[in-house]
Amino acid sequence: MKFFEISQEPINTQSVIDKVVQREAGAITTFIGTVRELTHGKKTLYLVYESYEPMAVKKLEQIGQEIEEKWSGSKVAITHRVGKLDITDIAVVIAVSTPHRADSYEANRYAIERIKQIVPIWKKEHWEDGQEWIGDQLEKVAYPTGKPEESDLNE
Amino acid sequence: MNKVLFFAHLRDAVGEESIEMEANGKTVAEFKQQISETYDIQKLDTVMVAINEEFAPDSEVIQEGDIIAFIPPVSGG
Repeated sequence: MKFFEISQEPINTQSVIDKVVQREAGAITTFIGTVRELTHGKKTLYLVYESYEPMAVKKLEQIGQEIEEKWSGSKVAITHRVGKLDITDIAVVIAVSTPHRADSYEANRYAIERIKQIVPIWKKEHWEDGQEWIGDQLEKVAYPTGKPEESDLNE
Repeated sequence: MNKVLFFAHLRDAVGEESIEMEANGKTVAEFKQQISETYDIQKLDTVMVAINEEFAPDSEVIQEGDIIAFIPPVSGG
């Protein structure tokens, strides 16, 4: 069974949850990241996610190992989607099972924050008036070189 | 030779998904500088480099056959 995956296809949330079912668990938390239409008032039409897949899978595995070390008895499964995603589509599913519920919430939160730090996946926002690769985790500022250059703006 | 991979806005800037280049013996910092000059990309300071699918510090020396990837700040999740 692959616990950490990059998928071109829509994610089946239940199948991710099923991977972490264990007799020792008293809790499973599931985080479902979805494509939001409005960010600071700006309307997204759709997103395109791209990954460096072999490294992304390794980094997801690393996050799983970190969690299993930090929260005893935990089990983790993560699937991240790539390609074109429409508004409300599921981009990522994280399932964590632990013996007790508090750990399950904490560990799941840890997983999504780590994804935003170390997993080589990028999203390109497509708006009505343009498109841009997003390069920071506040989703407000794109990379300087990803922005139109001054010469472009003057055309 | 070394395979060099580009992603996200860097792929757009370079115009290629991957290229073959000789980077053997160079440090990551030196190679970043070279790429920056060759493709006229100003802001490589926020870009991480991975060697063989693992993040590499600026001081690491690139070996023959290593796969080098330029990793802009990530935005998954």
